[in-house]
Order: sequence, then structure tokens, then C-alpha cells
Amino acid sequence: MEVSRIIMPILYVVLAPLLGALLTGCDRKISARMQRRVGPPILQPIYDVIKLFKKQVIGVDRAQGFLLFTNLILTVLTGCLFCLGMDLLMVFFILATSSSFLYLAVCVTGSPMSSMAAQRELVQEMAVEPATILAALGFYLATGSFGTLRIASQPVSAIIKTPGFFIAFCFVLTVRMRKSPFDTAQSEHAHQELVQGITTEMGARNLAMFQITEWYETILMLGVAALYFLNSNPWSILLAVVVILALYFVEILLDNTCARLKWKDLLIDLWAVTLLCDGINLIILMMI
Amino acid sequence: MANVKRSPWILHYDGSSCNGCDIEVLACMTPVYDAERLGVENTGDPMQADILLITGGINAQNAPVVKQLYDQMPRPKVVVAVGICACTGGVFKDCYNILGGADKVIPVDIYVPGCAARPESIIDGIVQARDLFQKRSEEHDALIRKQKMEKNAKENG
Repeated sequence: MEVSRIIMPILYVVLAPLLGALLTGCDRKISARMQRRVGPPILQPIYDVIKLFKKQVIGVDRAQGFLLFTNLILTVLTGCLFCLGMDLLMVFFILATSSSFLYLAVCVTGSPMSSMAAQRELVQEMAVEPATILAALGFYLATGSFGTLRIASQPVSAIIKTPGFFIAFCFVLTVRMRKSPFDTAQSEHAHQELVQGITTEMGARNLAMFQITEWYETILMLGVAALYFLNSNPWSILLAVVVILALYFVEILLDNTCARLKWKDLLIDLWAVTLLCDGINLIILMMI
Repeated sequence: MANVKRSPWILHYDGSSCNGCDIEVLACMTPVYDAERLGVENTGDPMQADILLITGGINAQNAPVVKQLYDQMPRPKVVVAVGICACTGGVFKDCYNILGGADKVIPVDIYVPGCAARPESIIDGIVQARDLFQKRSEEHDALIRKQKMEKNAKENG
């Protein structure tokens, strides 16, 4: 038991960026096929990051590298806590702290594009935070515990009692993965209005660090989504993997078919979904 | 794994072009030509770009802009002049406001001729540029290693 508890975080630290890179590679390939293009190779994100590490570092602000590194470390720490079976609330709070370091890293440069993206990043954070915290509460009401291992080893999956929380969490996932229609802060294509959004002033090593952090975060959020389906039966792992892959495909489909929302619509939509799905589910759980 | 040529990111700048070459540059990214299969990404951000694609001639107004974009790109970098205007100034060469091709202000490595340059020849230019990018990257690595060794030698007396 003790050994397996240590192995999980180590596996996360080593495998999460690789898995994240592969998922992003598949994402780009599938997006390309949806647009009837051939698309880049699946390992393309890894090639990109290796190249970025080899380029000359031009720092706009010295603090940026440090802040991005803190963001990376905090995100990895969050994932390790999650794998260790710690408190889900704590996981979400530390994740919010790491996001605030990202915000600081983006707005420290003072360029208009990245400042505007930083503001939007804050709005996004504000839009998803209630649903994120309520998701943890939903797990507690359904299973009687905030501990991730305890939640995953229940006799029945949490999704049976918390379908509303899961729907709201899917919206959180879209924002966290920076997918359209909720990608106000990140405009990763050259023709969009913020040029490169939050990464406008990041280059070389710093951009690579940001990319790796994103992969860690994506894997962590997909892990939380998996928590809805895991139970004491080992076959539930297969179910969770299938659901996650299906969810990822839906995200790609949405990304390719939706136009981006304005920040006000984003805030209103997310809060409305949170209020409706989480609220109704919460009332039903309190009554039984 | 150490091949950087598999990830050439592009910055496209329109000097004083008639937009013919610009349309063709954008066409390279569309389903028909799909330059992204070579790992090409149109970044629009000099800090992240490896290859600078310039279309159109250089005039007094855009000369400092082109120079600044080039300076903002981190080494190693490659410049590709797309279209005859960016190569020599083209039909506008003798106009009072035109200084000439892109090589009047920054060092150009690859010239893609044509009016407008065809997507096939632009992609050919990018393929040549990414080989040059690989070569420059190796030179850059060697330079960094040399600087480190010299620094270590100094510290050890």
C-alpha cells in the first residue's frame, strides 16, 4: 500500500507531460482531419518544445521566468497531491494559486496584448471557480469524503449521485483546456485579435515551460473528470479512460465548430450552468 | 529528436505588397497546400518565430518596422523574401518611396521569385529555410557550448 502511494505521484510527474503532449498531438491531427488537412505528426508538440528550449532567450522581464517556473512547480505539486489521495479542496485551492502566478507572469511585461489577455484570464478564473469548488462539494455529499483515493474506492461511481456536477465540470474543463468557445485569453492562431494572447511576450524557454505546465494541468483536470467514474471495481478504470477520450473528442469538435464568446457572455453562461446543474443536483442530494 | 527543422514557426510581415503574395502565403496554410504537415505554424509573434516571411517592397515607412521585427526574433533565425517585390522591389523599384527589396534593411537568406509567388514555390522556400534553420541552430549550439567552456576555463583560472 505504502509503495503504491509513492509510485502514483512519480508516475504523474514523469508521464503527465508525455501524455499531455500526445493528447495535444492527436488534438492537432484530428482538428486537421476535420478541416480536410493532413495535419502535423502526432509528436509535433514534443518537437516544438525541444526546439523552444534550444532557442536564444530574450526575456522581456526577468521576473517572468521565475513566475512561470513557480506556476509549473505548483501545478506539478497539485497533481502529486491529487495522486497521493489528498483533499480535493486543497488540490483546487493550490491550482487557483498557480493560476494567479500565471496571471502575474502574463501582466508583468506590460505589453498591451498580454495585459488584455491577463485581464481575460482573471475573468475566466472567476467564471470557473464556483463550479470547481462546488464539484469538490458534490464529491463530498456523494461519497462522504474529500480524499481522492476514498472517492475512487467507493462501491458505486460518484456520477450516479452527481450527474449535474459532472455537466458543470465539463464546462470547467473546456475553459481550463482553453478550447473555443471559452478561449478568450488564449488566441493561438495568428489571425485572432490578441495575436498570441497570454503567450504574446513569452518566447523560447519560457514558452516551453508554459506549454509543459498546460500539459500537467490538462492531465490533472482529466483525472478529476475520471474521478466521477472510478469505483472499487477495477473495470471502472477502463470506463473512465473511455469517457475521458470521448470527452476530449467532444472538446475538439466544439473547438472546431464554435466561435469565441465575449467575456461577459462567458461569465454569464458559466455561472448560469453552475447555478442550474450544480444547484439542482445539490438540492436533490441535500433532500435524500 | 534534436532536429529543430521539424518545427519551423513563421512570422509573416506584409511590407508594401499588393496583397497578391499575402493571399498566396495564407493559401499555404489552407487544406489544399497544408504547410502545417511540415510542422509550420503561423505565429504572428516575433518572439516565437523562427522564419520571417516578408512580402512586398521596403519603403521609408516600413524599413524601421522590418528591422525591429528582425531584431525581436530570437536566434537562430532565417529570412525568406516572398515575391519579386520583396526580392528586388519589382515593378515598384524606381518609385520615389521604394528603397528596394527586403535585403536593403536586413540580411535575406532565401529569395522566392514570382508575381505573385505560387504556393508551391513558397512552400519550397520554407523547406529550404528550415534546412538552413537546422544548420544555424547547430552553429548556435556550438557557440553556446564554446562560450560556456570559455567561462568555465576563466573561473578555474
